[in-house]
Amino acid sequence: MRPSPARLLNILVPVKRAVDYAVKIRVNPQQTGVDTNVKHSMNPFDEIAVEEAVRLREKLKNSIESIKLVSIGPSKCSETLRTGLAMGADSAIHIETPDSAPAPEPLGVAKALRQIIAKQEVGVDIVILGKQAIDDDAGQTGQMLAGLLGWSQATFASKVDIDVEKKEATVLREIDGGSEEIRCRLPVIITTDLRLNEPRYASLPNIMKAKKKPIEKLTPEQLGVDLTPRLQTNKVSEPPKRVGGAKVENVDQLIEKLKEAGFAAA
Amino acid sequence: PHALVFLEHRAGVIDSGSLSALTAAQQLGGELTGLVLGAPDEVKVVAEEAQKLKGVNTILHSASPQYATPLPEVVAPLLEKLLSDSSPFTHLVSAHSSSAKSILPRVAARLDVPAVSDITSVQHDASSGETTFVRPIYAGNAISTVVASSDIPIKVFTVRSTAFAAAAATDAKAELKLVDPVEVSDVSTTHIKTSLTKSDRPELGVASRIVSGGRALKNAETFEKTLYPLADVLGAAVGASRAAVDAGYADNSLQVGQTGKVVAPELYIAVGISGAIQHLAGMKDSKMIVAINKDADAPIFQVADAGLVADLFEAVPELTEKLKSA
Repeated sequence: MRPSPARLLNILVPVKRAVDYAVKIRVNPQQTGVDTNVKHSMNPFDEIAVEEAVRLREKLKNSIESIKLVSIGPSKCSETLRTGLAMGADSAIHIETPDSAPAPEPLGVAKALRQIIAKQEVGVDIVILGKQAIDDDAGQTGQMLAGLLGWSQATFASKVDIDVEKKEATVLREIDGGSEEIRCRLPVIITTDLRLNEPRYASLPNIMKAKKKPIEKLTPEQLGVDLTPRLQTNKVSEPPKRVGGAKVENVDQLIEKLKEAGFAAA
Repeated sequence: PHALVFLEHRAGVIDSGSLSALTAAQQLGGELTGLVLGAPDEVKVVAEEAQKLKGVNTILHSASPQYATPLPEVVAPLLEKLLSDSSPFTHLVSAHSSSAKSILPRVAARLDVPAVSDITSVQHDASSGETTFVRPIYAGNAISTVVASSDIPIKVFTVRSTAFAAAAATDAKAELKLVDPVEVSDVSTTHIKTSLTKSDRPELGVASRIVSGGRALKNAETFEKTLYPLADVLGAAVGASRAAVDAGYADNSLQVGQTGKVVAPELYIAVGISGAIQHLAGMKDSKMIVAINKDADAPIFQVADAGLVADLFEAVPELTEKLKSA
């Protein structure tokens, strides 16, 4: 490998195990949460983050030294990490919490990630993660981590270009009513939007290879972080049912209905 | 309680999302302070507009060339300063807009407090110092009630604008107070450019009527040719399903659904949209839903107040013509 003037870049990709996007959500009878005894998979936005990290390496080749995943949660999170390893990440960290533990809040997750970053001897230059998880829909973790570290942030990314020499990221962001382009000095936190890329399916050989990749296990205690939620969830309920299903036979009847509701001149 | 409401504006006009955030903040039952940031040439006009808004006690305004495009790295230090130490504020409130949701969590983390996103209801108990929020989770397929206790000195939350009416302008005049900007030297992020999708139609997020199209529209040309005349006769905004956006029929900014815009207009006409869970999450709070689809079993009909099973390429032009002559 030819010597490069730029230091090699290390990418960290936090991923969350969430109820699969295709599962029909059911609130539990106690109204304390939803039925989680269903299929789980990697949060789709985090899958886009893993894909982007792998694509950056494909594009920048040897300039990317490592792609490391991190996930926080119960033992089954290791399956989620294996999925990301099969997509092309090199190694993973699993911050394991008891199965009975409540889901940590974004601030707790951000604090744990800060500790993980501090522990990386080679440093971290780019953190890529989903703009939100499709379970709690909070959309806060990336920004909180950027705040804790005082790093640049690029939320809702739909295009990412890294200039290795200049240590800069140029990011196209989706904003209300259009898009915005910004340039961030590394280190940077990037959160992914839907159209950044289309994640690949892992090939069977890569799935086999991923089984041999290392997953380091840590506990919140070892990191010195408290993941206890600070907000209290009092109740989780079903959304109000919408009464629909009314049909009309033809356009004239539809116009009658629109008139009744005041949307067209009578 | 005393809420600090982050007011956003574009071209000298306060965003309607911010006006809804003000209404939500008002329901805390305490004092209201609005914050207006911007470039030196624009802040004054916006502050004077903000001054007249219902329920506002004070408007803080701060001008700096750095605030022309409010990057989180630049705005967060000012908010942090306003909310630190002997701050009178108990709540930090904004719209759930792309800009504010980039800024507020950053500020919350700096203040070591959690944040609550996209709330649809808020209630404050002054005696216990507890604030209770209602917010959708799982793309609106469940509704969560969360409490921030008095242990959390500043409650940070963003507001779903469709759940609160916009604060109206009154004859009142809140006090104006100038705040020194917090200049950030050597900012790590630079704004390059903003590209907004131009349209003469109402903006999707605030429109009272929306005509939305799905994959069945076939291509970008037929999407436009079929839907735009109907939208025009109704004075409606145009929306699209994720499938239609992914297929390139419509711009990203028009996407309605879990990952796009959440809308709740008076009238939502879904044309050639099957009604995936993700799409329903973005529009099922609309007052009246009309669905036009060839497939009688499409899930969209389950939420429709008026469903028409028909070929959209015949039904939509007929509807447009008959509405025109009505």
